[in-house]
Amino acid sequence: MKDLIKKLVEAYGPSGFEDQMRDLIRPEIAGLADEISVDAMGNLIALKKGDGTGLKIMIAAHMDEIGIMVTHITEDGFLRFTNIGGVFPHTLLGNRVQFADGTVGVIHSDRIEDRSKVYPLDKHFIDVGAGSKKDSPVGVGDAAGFQRELLVNGTRLTAKSMDDRIGCVVAIEVLKRLQSTPHDVYFVFSVQEEVGTRGAQAAANGLMPDVGIAIDVTLTGDVPEARPMEVSLGKGPAIKVKDSGMIAHAGLVRAMRDRAAAADIPYQLEVLDGGSTDARSMQIAGPGSAAGCLSIPCRYVHSQSETVDMDDVENGIGLLVELLSNPLDI
Amino acid sequence: MVFCPNRMPIKTMNELLKQLTEAVGVSSAEKEVRLLIRDLIVDHVDEWHVDAMGNLIARQAGTGEVKLRVLVDAHMDEVGLMITEIDSSGMLRFDTVGGIDDRTLLGKVVQVGRHKLTGVIGAKPVHLLRGSQYNEVVKSDAMRIDIGASSKDAAAGKVKVGDTAAFVTAYEELGITAVGKAFDDRAGCAALIELLRAGPYPFELVASFTVQEEVGLRGAQTAAYGVKPDLALILECTPAYDLPNENDVSPNVALGKGPSIYVMDGVTIQDPRLVSHITRTAAANDIPFQIRQPGGGGTNTAAIQRLHGGIPAATIAVPGRHAHTPAMMINLDDYAHVVQLTAAALRSLTPDIIKPAG
Repeated sequence: MKDLIKKLVEAYGPSGFEDQMRDLIRPEIAGLADEISVDAMGNLIALKKGDGTGLKIMIAAHMDEIGIMVTHITEDGFLRFTNIGGVFPHTLLGNRVQFADGTVGVIHSDRIEDRSKVYPLDKHFIDVGAGSKKDSPVGVGDAAGFQRELLVNGTRLTAKSMDDRIGCVVAIEVLKRLQSTPHDVYFVFSVQEEVGTRGAQAAANGLMPDVGIAIDVTLTGDVPEARPMEVSLGKGPAIKVKDSGMIAHAGLVRAMRDRAAAADIPYQLEVLDGGSTDARSMQIAGPGSAAGCLSIPCRYVHSQSETVDMDDVENGIGLLVELLSNPLDI
Repeated sequence: MVFCPNRMPIKTMNELLKQLTEAVGVSSAEKEVRLLIRDLIVDHVDEWHVDAMGNLIARQAGTGEVKLRVLVDAHMDEVGLMITEIDSSGMLRFDTVGGIDDRTLLGKVVQVGRHKLTGVIGAKPVHLLRGSQYNEVVKSDAMRIDIGASSKDAAAGKVKVGDTAAFVTAYEELGITAVGKAFDDRAGCAALIELLRAGPYPFELVASFTVQEEVGLRGAQTAAYGVKPDLALILECTPAYDLPNENDVSPNVALGKGPSIYVMDGVTIQDPRLVSHITRTAAANDIPFQIRQPGGGGTNTAAIQRLHGGIPAATIAVPGRHAHTPAMMINLDDYAHVVQLTAAALRSLTPDIIKPAG
C-alpha cells in the first residue's frame, strides 16, 4: 500500500486539472468494479453492485490538490500567480511547484522589508529558470501543484497532498477488500473539492444517492500550542459529527460508531471548526442524502508536509469495509 | 475657405448594442430587456418560452448532423438600485442590487421604476464640505435619490418601495470604442442574438437569456436545469483593467486585445476541454484572444457546470472597462471577435470534444 501512497501523493493534480490522477487511479481499480465511468466534470466513478437489498451509497475521495495558477509573466520571465484552493502565503517561500508538463519552479517573494510579516500571495513569484517572458515554458492560465517526495517516519507518513490522496488510497483499498455488499456502492474519485466541493456536487446531482460518505483528512489538536481539538494522530480514524459546512446525519454517525465498536476498531469523534468536505455537497445535492464523513487525522494540512499515521489509514479502511459489507439501517 | 479632409467612410452605429444597453433591466426587473430580445430573435428560432424565473429560452432545432444539445447563455440583468423607503421629505432611500462601489454613486442620474422617472443621487455640494468630509467615502445607505418630490405623499404617487433604479447613459461610439451602461452583459446578449441570426447550426442550439446573474447566478441555474444541455458556452463582459501602470504586475484583460477566455475565476474552473477547443479555434482562424487573468469574479458557468451530473461549460467574454459603474467602455473589434470566435467554436463542435476523459 505504501507504493500506492507514494505514487498518488507525488502526482500532479491541482483542482480542475486531475487528468494525470485519473490515469493513475484507473488501473488500480480495473477489474474491481462492475462499471467504471467518467462524468462531464471529470469525476472517476466506479460502481460496485450490491445484491439488490441495500441502499445506493456514494463514497467520495477527491483526487485534486491545492495549487497555483499563473496570472502574469513579467518581462524578465518570472511568474505571478493566484491560489487554487486554500494556499497560505507562509507555506510558500523556497517551496517548489510542478506544472502538468513536468516544469518545476521555485517560489520566492519580493524584497522583504520586515521579516515579522507574511507577504500576501501577490507579492510572491515563481522562477522557472526563464530569462524572459518569451522563454517561459508556461503561460498565463497554466496550473501547478506543489512538489515534494513522500517521507516515511515509522508509522507516520508525510507528503504534499495527503489531502486527499490518502482518501483515494482508502477508497481503492476498500474497493479491493470489499468481498460482497448489499449496497450499490459508487466510489467517486472526485474533482475540484479544494475550490468548493464542486465535483462531488455534480456527481451527486447525477447519482442522487441515499447515503453519501466522504473520505477526507481532518485537523488534529495534538501538536504544540494547537487550537484545542479532540482528534490526535494514531488514535483511529475520525467519524465526523460536524464541520463548518455540514452536520453529519445522526443515524449514519451512529451506524458508523456501532460498526466500529462491533469490529473492535478504534475511532475518534470529530467536530471541526473550520473546513468541510465533499459530504457537504452530497448532503444537499438533488433531493438530498444522509451524509457523513470518515476522516483520516492529519497534521499540517494545506502545507507541503501533511502528516498522517498508517494505523489510522488501516483502521479507516477496516471500518468502511465493515460498514459497507453489512446492511445499513439509518 | 474651410478645410475639407477626405470624406471618411460613414460607419453606422451598432443599433443592437444601442438598443440593448439603453434598455433597462436591473436584476429581478428584466422584462423590458426580455421583450426587446424576444422581438429581435422571434423570427430566427423554432420555439421560445419564458420560464418561472423569467429566463427567455429559445431553441433552434439545427440540421441534426451533430448529436448535441448546446446551451449558449448571456444574462439580461444589470446592476442597479432598489428603493427601500420613501422618507418624510420625499427623498428615496435605496439598496444596491449586485456589486456596486458606493464611490461611483454620488451625483449620478438614475431612472426609477417602470416609468423611468428621473432622479439624482444627492450629494452635498463641495461648497459646504468641511474638514475631513473632503476625504470621507459616503456610504450608500446615507445617500438619497431626489426625484424632485416635495413630500412623502408627492413621491409616493410616483414611485413605490421595491421599484428598481438604473443608471442613465446613452450609447455612443468613439471610433472603435463604445460607451454605454450595462455592457455587462448586454454585449453578451447582443452577441447571442447575432449567433441566433446566423443559425441554424449542425446541432440543437438553445439560447438562454437569463435573469438575476448579478445577484448570484440565480437565473442560469433554473434555465440550464430545464434545458439539460450536453455542454454550455457563456457569453459575458469581463472587467478590463488596463490603465497604465509602472510596475510589471498582473494587469487584467485589455481592451482591443481580443475575446477574453476564462480559465479559472473565484467560483469556477472552466472545462479544460472547451477552453482548449476555444483557444485552438481562435488560433486556427487568426482571431486574437487573451486569457482572462485567473482569480476572482464569476460567471453563470458556476451555476450550470454542476447540474445533472455535470455539464461541460466555458466562458468567452468581451473585455469592458469600468464595469459595474454608470458608464462602461468596450472595443467594437473585441465584440465582433467574440461573435466570430463563438460562431467558429460552435460550428466546429463535435461530441468527441467533451467525450469523457481517460
